[in-house]
Parts: sequence; structure tokens; C-alpha cells
Amino acid sequence: MEMVYIAAALIIGLGALGAGIGFGLLGGKLLDSTARQPEMANQLQTKAFIMAGLLDAVPMIGVGIAMYLIFVVAG
Amino acid sequence: MAADTPVEYIKHHLTNLTYGKLPGGYERADGSVVEEATWTFARTGQEAADMGFMAFHVDTLGWSIAMGVLFLGLFRFVANKATTGTPGGLQNAVEMTFEFVQGIVRDVFHGKNPLVAPLALTIFVWILLMNTLKLIPVDYIPSIAHALGLEYFKIVPTTDPNGTFGISIGVFLLILFYSFKIKGVGGFAKELSFNPFNHWSLVPFNLVLEILALIIKPISLALRLFGNMYAGEVVFILIALLPLWIQWTLNVPWAIFHILVVTLQAFIFTTLTVVYLSAAHEDH
Repeated sequence: MEMVYIAAALIIGLGALGAGIGFGLLGGKLLDSTARQPEMANQLQTKAFIMAGLLDAVPMIGVGIAMYLIFVVAG
Repeated sequence: MAADTPVEYIKHHLTNLTYGKLPGGYERADGSVVEEATWTFARTGQEAADMGFMAFHVDTLGWSIAMGVLFLGLFRFVANKATTGTPGGLQNAVEMTFEFVQGIVRDVFHGKNPLVAPLALTIFVWILLMNTLKLIPVDYIPSIAHALGLEYFKIVPTTDPNGTFGISIGVFLLILFYSFKIKGVGGFAKELSFNPFNHWSLVPFNLVLEILALIIKPISLALRLFGNMYAGEVVFILIALLPLWIQWTLNVPWAIFHILVVTLQAFIFTTLTVVYLSAAHEDH
């Protein structure tokens, strides 16, 4: 049963890693392009939010599954 | 609540109020035996699982319909009472929502179809209302339901895959309908067969790729919404297991974060629906 904890740790950890890299790229590019063309800021922000939601989904689902594993499957 | 250990508590909160058919001769949780096949409410999670595919999640159905009625009623009420003078707070909120969705549709949708904007508004407000139910503390409504004699009660329809798949399959059918209607059967087939690689020898490969891409659309729509809401719900339930005096330190930040997630997921579902429908309206 201890393997479940390792699995949950991997799910959350790798999910956080991917999400961190993804949000770094997304936010960096957003700031970059807003600084270059401030008049596009609103449009870019809307699109960045769509991307943020898509990006957010996978690690969040991972957290849910990991919690389920820790507290229901192992617990 | 019939929950003594944390695991039971979590499982209890993640089980829907299921109405389904128990087969004849089935032994129920309390030891009694069902004489012949009957339609009834499940009293344990195991019974709900044994009811199989043809079982209704009454709480999901009820709350989603209630939220739909609330949405229609509220918007109708505001539309009837709308003034050109100084609008009240409610009218402002409704107009802002309306203009927000109108903006999405205007930016993203390039075809001509009077159905898309109302559809987008319905999906956005409906999902937003259903998701918002989650900000009600996890024990309030289940305790009331329990006092009324209902063993299981899960109020957020979007934490049930049946709810999210219901919406996304509806969207999928509309995508298919408009693809056939606008492009014609030949045009749609041509788009599926020649899209990534425009060469006759690669048609089977293209077909596999495009049909997969088509089928994945409703699945990803539904699972994204379900996954986000379910994960958040699990965390809320875990927080509810802590001692009462410490709960707010975790509950408040998570709830505030969830205001963002709730709106964002409704927004993304709407935007992607409009994007998919826009792609279905593009005639080459």
C-alpha cells in the first residue's frame, strides 16, 4: 500500500512541475507581448486566460486523483 | 451522517443519490432481500454500483434543472423589468454577463447562426451557477437532505461526470449537425479525409486522425470541467475533516481560489463550444 503514496507524490509533483513550466512560459510571453504592444493587452489577456484554464486543468485533475488515492484507496 | 471514519466520510460525500433498478433476489445492505426487480433509491454505495448503467442520479438531475430554471427565470425577470433609465444592480450584472458572452461570440464565431449566441449564454450562466453551488459548505445541504431521510446527496452537478457529459454530448451533436448542414455530407467527408495531408494515399491515416480529433472534443470538454470541479470538491471535503476551529485557514483561501476556477471553467467551456461550432461552420 505504500506504493500508493509514492504514486500520489509523483502525480502531484510532476503535475506541479509541468504546470509551473507552462505558467512560466505563458506569463512570460504575455508580459513580453504586452510590453511590445500595449494596445493588444485586453485581447491577449483574454486569450491567456483561456490558455491558463486549459493548462490548469491537467494538474488539478492530478491533484484530485492523488487525494483520492491517498485518502480513499490507501486510507 | 453515516460516516465514522474519514474514508467513509469522503466516500459518503462523493456518492450520488441514485435511483435505479435492483435485480430480483438482490440482498440489500440491511440484510433484506428484494423479491423481484424493483426501482428504488440506493442505500449504500455498493447498491448504487450494482444498479448498473440504467440508474439516475436524482440529485444531479434535480440541481441542474433547478439551476437552469433559476437562470431562465432570473434573466426573464430582469429582461421584463429592464429600464432605459438608471439600471439597478441586478440589471447591471445581467447586462454585463450578456455583453461578456456576446463579446466571446463576436470575437470567435465567424459564421452566421442565430443559435450560437443564446447557446453560449446558456452554457456559460448554467455552468457558472452549477459550479457556484460548490462554494456552499460541503455539509449544509447533505445534512438537511439527511434529516429528510435521503442517505446520499451531492449537490454540485458538475462534480458528476453524467452532468458534464450531458452538456458536452449536446454540444457534440450540434457540431455534427452543423458540420453536415453547412458543409454537406460530401464536404464534411472531404474535410475529414484530406485535412492534415492533402494526398489520396494518406486518406485512411487522415480519417483516423480527424475522427479521433472529433470524438476527443466532447470527452475533453466534459472531463476538463468534471476533473476541476471534482478535485476541488475532494479538497473541500478533506478540509472539512479538520477540527472546526482551524478549518477557515485552509477553507477561505481555497474558496477564494475557487471563485477563479469556477468562472474560468465556465468561460473555457463556453469559448471552446463556440470555437468548435465556428469550425463546424467553416465551408471550404
